[in-house]
Amino acid sequence: MKKIVRTAARLLYPFAFIYGAYIVLHGHLTPGGGFQGGAVIATGFALMLAAHGPGELSGIFKRAALNICEVAGLLIFVLAGFGGLTHGRAFLFNWLANAGGLFGHSVAHGPNPGDLNTGGLVPLLNIAVGLEVLGALSLIIYYMMTFANHIEEGGPDDAA
Amino acid sequence: MLLDLPFVAVGLIAVIGLGAMIAKKNLIKVILGLGLLEGAVNLFLVAVGYRQDGIAPIFTNAPEGVMVMPTVQALTLTAIVIGVATLALLLTMAMAIHRHYKTLNVERIVKLKG
Amino acid sequence: MSTFFGGLDNHLPALLVGVPLLFAFLMPLAERVHRRLTDILAVTGMGLTSLCGVLLAIRVFTTGAVGYAFGAASPDEMLPPDSGGVPVRILFTVDALGAFMVLIISVVGLATLVYSVTREDRHGEKATFYALFLLLTAGVSGMVATGDLFNLFVFLEISSLAGAALVAVRMDRGVAVEAALKYALLSATGGLLFLLGVALLYTQYGSLNIAFIARELRMTGLDTVAVALLAVPMAMKCGAVPMHFWMPDAYSRAPAGVTAFLVVSSQCAMYVLFRSLFTLFHRRLDLAMFGWFVIALGVLSMFIGVTMAIPQKDVKRLMAYHAISQSGYMLLGVGVGLAVLGKPELLDAYGRKAMAGGIFHIMNHALYKGLLFLTAGAVIYRTGQRDLNNLGGLGHQMGWTMLCFMAGALAIAGIPPFNGFASKFLLYESVFRFNPFLSIIAILVSVLTLASFMKVFHSMFMGPRLPRFAEVREAPLPMVVSMGVLAVLVILGGLFPTVVVEHIIEPAVVALLEQSEYIQTVMER
Repeated sequence: MKKIVRTAARLLYPFAFIYGAYIVLHGHLTPGGGFQGGAVIATGFALMLAAHGPGELSGIFKRAALNICEVAGLLIFVLAGFGGLTHGRAFLFNWLANAGGLFGHSVAHGPNPGDLNTGGLVPLLNIAVGLEVLGALSLIIYYMMTFANHIEEGGPDDAA
Repeated sequence: MLLDLPFVAVGLIAVIGLGAMIAKKNLIKVILGLGLLEGAVNLFLVAVGYRQDGIAPIFTNAPEGVMVMPTVQALTLTAIVIGVATLALLLTMAMAIHRHYKTLNVERIVKLKG
Repeated sequence: MSTFFGGLDNHLPALLVGVPLLFAFLMPLAERVHRRLTDILAVTGMGLTSLCGVLLAIRVFTTGAVGYAFGAASPDEMLPPDSGGVPVRILFTVDALGAFMVLIISVVGLATLVYSVTREDRHGEKATFYALFLLLTAGVSGMVATGDLFNLFVFLEISSLAGAALVAVRMDRGVAVEAALKYALLSATGGLLFLLGVALLYTQYGSLNIAFIARELRMTGLDTVAVALLAVPMAMKCGAVPMHFWMPDAYSRAPAGVTAFLVVSSQCAMYVLFRSLFTLFHRRLDLAMFGWFVIALGVLSMFIGVTMAIPQKDVKRLMAYHAISQSGYMLLGVGVGLAVLGKPELLDAYGRKAMAGGIFHIMNHALYKGLLFLTAGAVIYRTGQRDLNNLGGLGHQMGWTMLCFMAGALAIAGIPPFNGFASKFLLYESVFRFNPFLSIIAILVSVLTLASFMKVFHSMFMGPRLPRFAEVREAPLPMVVSMGVLAVLVILGGLFPTVVVEHIIEPAVVALLEQSEYIQTVMER
């Protein structure tokens, strides 16, 4: 029985990741954005955690990798905000919009078919928040499962 | 009358949530009561933004019509994220309390008195 | 001062929140590199934040209120050109009262962080501790600097969660987690009620900006409900009786440095209370009712706080009850000001003085209460004992700690020449003209406070050396330095009260009483 669950989880989690990444990247055009997409990706992680148990995962599911993911997201956000300051504008000014570079196309007014390469700072912040949320929520589920196992087994009474 | 239904629901869910926080003995149920209260406040925020016969406030391939207020939806989203963080923290604390006190009964988790 | 770092001076409000966030986010990386790096980064980050806070305060006290528009082409752009005169962006508005609170946060925050550097790091949790501390700093700084109601809610929740996590950070003791759980539950509920009040105001006026709502306010029935929803959670967060139950538990079980900063956090909640009553609602409130409501909270807190403190054995729990009692003084002073807000002649006679007393007391309380908690923490750190019955004779070994404790104890009792006397004297004098009975209660509470702290001093420091404390030495250097700095400030505040009142307190009182400067900073730039 366990073999079926694990195989299914291993087949399904990439779809959760792709769907979550879609929600994050299209956050400035359709409903969604950083937190929502990150939470969906975290459900992929939760699926793998539930199927395999917290002790047996490796690779991208390791705690260290998730921690790096989380910190990267946070730092990208704050540094992008400070980026507005160095151009002489206010904090979190949209210094990428209409500038022709990354996410820099201009947008027509009113209803339009939606161009992914627009929005300036907003999609970048969405990606940063998505990275942060997926790391943080996955780590929360990870630690809660580890903590719960300690309680059930009556494990060593050290601070978690 | 139909437009008032969300606000009636808000009141109902808020009362149930507050009642759970005050009356229940199990710590997890108290925390769930807080979750219900959060749901009620979020529902209130979203319901405030509704405009009669409005469409979603998205410009991508938008049809004709009056758009509902987008600001309250952003407020609700922030409130939901805060709610997630609060619940995660509270539940972890509940787990730690269970490990130390061996019980989740609120009446017995009162070592601090006076 | 205007060309500091090539124009960074304009961005001080944003830096006040951005810098602690940046350093908090760097903590997990620093932990992987080297453990000592976390200490260095934490002190650097807090030092930079305090520097920004002090510079911002100096700027506001010399040139008037400062506004900052986030995400705009220029920080001065409060009203976007195509918005028709409505402030659309999230704005920070720092007037004299906000600058006053920023000053308190900067000073006490840096002192308590330096104090906390010496905590033992048993389980590798120091990076987490520093990250949470810096997040709490960012949260309270944002709370006092912001001019937007929902932004205030977000920062309020950040500081509540960070504060609760800090109370529980020593997870190897179950009681700390119990205290933290109560704190988190009550703060979360209060925050939700606050959000409901904000939502009610938004539905009617279509804006979240404090200055805009203050200008457009018509006092409808929903607005009265909104006042209650905004004021009551904040009163709960600053420990006003009868909603004070979380305070003794949380303050006594948190690490001492954290408690000192939680005191500041409670006073920022008091700031939010005053900001909503005075700037947001101003004269359209039923002043007599609300004024007496605040006064009643104050008197109850003063009295019940001190009576519950007297029989306590745990030294930090005793100090927590005294913190509740002292909050009562602040509420009393500002409540008197609120009650006479509509009568200019009474306001000039004693209303301003009462408010000055209350606001001065906020600063003095943060300083001497923080100092007292830090000294208690130093004693517990060296002796491992928190019960007064088991302590004694430490005056021989912990001389510096004893001196700092004396400074704090004399200040809280209102003895000249310490700073507590200056603010309490202002309060006694002005409240007496309002209602002599209240002033007599205040003096009585002071006497009881003095008695309580005499007992604590005697139990902790007087008497012969105890054999079981033979190896106890003076507290480590960072602790002594931070306690010393606070003690010096306590004494200076008492020796030169007129300087402080004239340059810092009076502008803050004026900022509260005159709503117009606040509105002008946003609407007419």
